[in-house]
Amino acid sequence: MAGESTTEFAVIGGGIVGASVAYGLASSGKKATLFDEGDVAFRAARGNLGNVWVQGKGAGGPAYADLTRQAAKDWNEFALKLESESGIDLHFRRLGAFFFCFSDTELERRTRMLSDLEASATVRSHVEVMDNAGIRKMLPEVGKAVVGATFCSDDGATNPFHLLRALIAVFRRSGDYRAHHAVESVSPDGAGFRIKTAKGEWTADRVILAAGLGNRLLAPFLGLSAPVRPVRGQILVTEKLNPFLRYGISFIRQTVEGGVIFGESSEETGLDDRTTTDVLRTTAQRAVAALPLLARARAVRSWGALRVMSPDGMPIYTESAKYPGAFLVTVHSGVTLAPFHAGPLAAALSEGRLAPAHHAFSPDRFSVPAS
Amino acid sequence: MFQLLDPGEFDAAFDFEGRTISAFEGENLAAALLRAGVRAFRQTPRSGAARGPYCMMGVCFECLVTVDGEPNRQACLETVRSGMIVEAQAGSAEIIQ
Repeated sequence: MAGESTTEFAVIGGGIVGASVAYGLASSGKKATLFDEGDVAFRAARGNLGNVWVQGKGAGGPAYADLTRQAAKDWNEFALKLESESGIDLHFRRLGAFFFCFSDTELERRTRMLSDLEASATVRSHVEVMDNAGIRKMLPEVGKAVVGATFCSDDGATNPFHLLRALIAVFRRSGDYRAHHAVESVSPDGAGFRIKTAKGEWTADRVILAAGLGNRLLAPFLGLSAPVRPVRGQILVTEKLNPFLRYGISFIRQTVEGGVIFGESSEETGLDDRTTTDVLRTTAQRAVAALPLLARARAVRSWGALRVMSPDGMPIYTESAKYPGAFLVTVHSGVTLAPFHAGPLAAALSEGRLAPAHHAFSPDRFSVPAS
Repeated sequence: MFQLLDPGEFDAAFDFEGRTISAFEGENLAAALLRAGVRAFRQTPRSGAARGPYCMMGVCFECLVTVDGEPNRQACLETVRSGMIVEAQAGSAEIIQ
């Protein structure tokens, strides 16, 4: 389509973050348009492990710990609602997950980190520390190389593809989803904003940047900056196996369909989302050390994906001071935080302003002069 | 449906679900099964629906069978060995420590 259309809210980015915000706006009766770049995008929403993850998040930032913990607690209700609206099973399970440690030092350091975190957070989360024998009681398959673990009953996982599909399906009933609409530019236009795509132009009262790594290019148009960088992760998935892994492990989980999906690598490789043999080898070795029976499983696919990482790993939520009505939303944990993005954040955005509680996530924190 | 363009003397036989299937040593296992009239190579883990080869080139994972006790083998990437025991892959495989 050519010509010009108007909308109240332009949400730029059709991944889990943008779709959660758009779904939330539509749920509160707002007219929203969701612009999705297409398969040329890096699509962190389609390359991730699907963890709903609490333990260890927010070390050094209690506001992030609280945000994560509350979102994880809200996941049950969020999933029930989205499942009934969409008819799509999200495969959401929250039975708890382990973080395996392969040395005493690592276990001690992690235990200390988690107890400091517990002391600073206001939303409670329970972590249990256990040795190999303790793990074996819950998970007989654990390898001897695992010295111990921290176990958190708040951790779980969902199927990220089903989540994304459900969000977009429900959004489309009242909102306008624009696939293959790469946004070329977004600019202030009188009281609102103008969005240019190859397939037409839109004017919007408000604009929300939720384009992951793409935010870096779009933010400056609106007097904002998105200091995010790509951090590559490489993932493997096995053939489908009968269910044997009831609990998650930080870097391994079994999907409802039966495939075991695992990956924990972290590389600074720019916009290169390929896989490398050495990292996949190490990943497979670590998985086999954690669960020796995986040596018998065949890996059928591997892929690389790019995390969207801010300087401190925490979310950035902000409104442009120069052009009010333009917002930036960028996080590393779009799956875990989906209930927050679709709920309280979308509610605040629909009112046209962030809540005071969200100011902890302003990018101002990156420009504090070092003393 | 599937016929040999160039009929020759079969020099091998293997077992599929209790049936003896004549074939050529070293030929493609999925092709030999299709020629013998087999359509359901497996039942899916989720719904139990029947599946057979779709791509014939190692990509679709629809033609999974158990070969000599080894589950989840892609029939389109396996070759016939006389005397092999092939079974339909029923759902997902059991992983044993």
